Amino acid sequence: MEAGKNQSLFKGKPIKILLAKPGIDGHDRGILVLAKAFRDAGMEVIYVGLLPTPEEVVDTAVNEDVDVIALSLLNGAHMTVFKKVADLMKGRNINDIAVVGGGTIPEGDKPKLEKMGISGNYGPGTPISKIVEHITERAAEMRKLKSMEE
Amino acid sequence: MEKKDSYWSLKYRQLREQNHSPNSEYGEWADNTLTPWNRQTGFQEKEFTNSSNIPIKEVYNSKDIPENTEKHLLGLPGRYPFTRGIYPNMYRGRLWTMRMFSGFGTPEDTNKRLKYLIKHGESGLSIAFDMPTLYAYDCDNPRADGEIGKCGVNVSSLKDMEVIFKGIDLSKVSTSMTINAPAAILTAMYIAIGKKQGVPLDQLAGTVQADILKEYIAQKEWIYPPEAHLRLIRDMMVYCTENTPKWNYISISGYHIREAGSSAAQELAFTIADGFYYVEMGMKAGLDVDDFAPRLSFFFNSSINFFEEIAKLRAARRIWARVLKEKYGAKKDRTLLLRFHTQTSGYTLTWQQPLNNVIRTTIEALAAVLGGTQSLHTNSYDEAWALPSEEAVKIALRTQQIIAEETGVIDTADPLGGSYYVEWLTNKMEEEAFRYFDQIDRMGGILEAVKAGYLQKEIAATSYRRQMRLEEGKEIMVGVNKHKEEGEQPINILKISKKAQKNQLDRLNEVRGSRDEEQVRKALEELETAMRKEDVNTMPFILRAVEEYATLEEISNVGRKVFGSWKEPVIV
Repeated sequence: MEAGKNQSLFKGKPIKILLAKPGIDGHDRGILVLAKAFRDAGMEVIYVGLLPTPEEVVDTAVNEDVDVIALSLLNGAHMTVFKKVADLMKGRNINDIAVVGGGTIPEGDKPKLEKMGISGNYGPGTPISKIVEHITERAAEMRKLKSMEE
Repeated sequence: MEKKDSYWSLKYRQLREQNHSPNSEYGEWADNTLTPWNRQTGFQEKEFTNSSNIPIKEVYNSKDIPENTEKHLLGLPGRYPFTRGIYPNMYRGRLWTMRMFSGFGTPEDTNKRLKYLIKHGESGLSIAFDMPTLYAYDCDNPRADGEIGKCGVNVSSLKDMEVIFKGIDLSKVSTSMTINAPAAILTAMYIAIGKKQGVPLDQLAGTVQADILKEYIAQKEWIYPPEAHLRLIRDMMVYCTENTPKWNYISISGYHIREAGSSAAQELAFTIADGFYYVEMGMKAGLDVDDFAPRLSFFFNSSINFFEEIAKLRAARRIWARVLKEKYGAKKDRTLLLRFHTQTSGYTLTWQQPLNNVIRTTIEALAAVLGGTQSLHTNSYDEAWALPSEEAVKIALRTQQIIAEETGVIDTADPLGGSYYVEWLTNKMEEEAFRYFDQIDRMGGILEAVKAGYLQKEIAATSYRRQMRLEEGKEIMVGVNKHKEEGEQPINILKISKKAQKNQLDRLNEVRGSRDEEQVRKALEELETAMRKEDVNTMPFILRAVEEYATLEEISNVGRKVFGSWKEPVIV
């Protein structure tokens, strides 16, 4: 699993990603698999454990200076809880951290999440390579933004 | 030399030797028939293994199982060691209970669904709760926003439970409640309703899950540190043994361990190891093993590897009977019986081509029946997407009815008993379980192993291996990584009304406005005093608080104050 044409953007500094299950949800099978898989794909992975609040997720992401926040929920509360994370980011004017989502997200909710800036929104059965590719693309966008800011 | 081998390591060694007998007939056949055949047909050797990573041979014969198998390992149904079933006539005498898990949205919605299922011939109720209830947050806690009624029904106070059971006579049903961390509180609510209906306490029948060890291992729904929860469970065990003899206060659950990614053998080992812990806990609390152990029941997963599941369930019965007798000194036969509920696997259901899930569930349900289950929940085909719709639930129930009424599999007990493969696999599952029992014992027992994250890491490793095998196409999920279809149409799924949240908030406000605040305060204070004294039974105090309409979160907050909270060990 390679970062492809974006490789140079990540030289010396691998993609840093925060994995989180905000909200009240203990279904962590998927996120534990992804944490290992992302590590195997060369990313620096931070998993904050269960039950963080949306505020804690955003705070950690900022403090750790991550490229991407990956949110996972399988309890049906994504439209409320993912939105809280997106709203917090917006309220604090954070533009250089991408937010991606996953879990049991019905098709109809996906465009709404996209509109909030939450991309991916992959369901069960998605190949890991596809998820890694998407995250790499989003991280590359963020790195470009950051380099323009500097 | 000096250190005596533990019971577990002795048993493990015995089983390893038992299952490791050379099979010269197989060797001769492989050399002279199989290998030439493979060469001639150009068959490329590949790996055949099950979820437990046990390699499977081309064929099994009598040399693969011990000579004394029938006499020592099987017996007959209703006889020690109960490998072939816990009742002499099994399903001829009584079918398994078709127990469909339900519960969503508001208590009103759930009440309606329960009545619908009773009307369609379901013989036992089973209730799912939403995430805020499972973690003991009231519906007005900011954390609960957006989660009310999503994964089950919301209960914030006794008032909600009164609505769920409105018009349902508790003396005529048995109710299984899937609740763990706040199980004592929900049990108290059920008792309170029984009292209001005038049902004698010794007639209240049902089960709460209350298996907190598997929460730390797999489902991750806890409130306090493990020792605090275990103490509350001990209190409930003692209270219920004395007052509600038909109430099963623990359903020792492998289901969630499996769903979290374990193999069948890990599910078997970790679940039964949890069971042994509860047995030791009851004995330490001064109960006679023959008085309380018959109230312990189990809850297993039935997944898609057909024979592996059957072997697992048969092995479970034998292990429980043997250890209860040999190690814990149980004297009565009924103490040795491992009774269990089974649910088909949620993990094996696919989001893609969802109607295929009807087939998967049918195969898994059949495995549960051939494994000798006492009750069964069949998943609905739309559950990879959302909670099930009424139509999907009906098909799932009909699946069980077809197996029971049309197929003839119920005509004789343990129809697969004596199959070389099934017996060999049953023995292997048993051996794997004892390997883990020995390992856990060496780590200082299950509580220490869980606190160190050992079981969690074992599960995560299995789950990762399985995912990688799927990615590489070494394992197949039809419609997911093979036989895929483009442009699938979404199916109709159940939408939880947004009204649920408002409905619950309104009722909670009503409860807060109409109760006697002074009595609530007093009840909570007395509960706190009880919680602070290790040897006091908290159950009567919880019941009192519930009856005064203290809320789920208010009651749990007393424990949060006394016991503190819990942060899990790092797993990845």
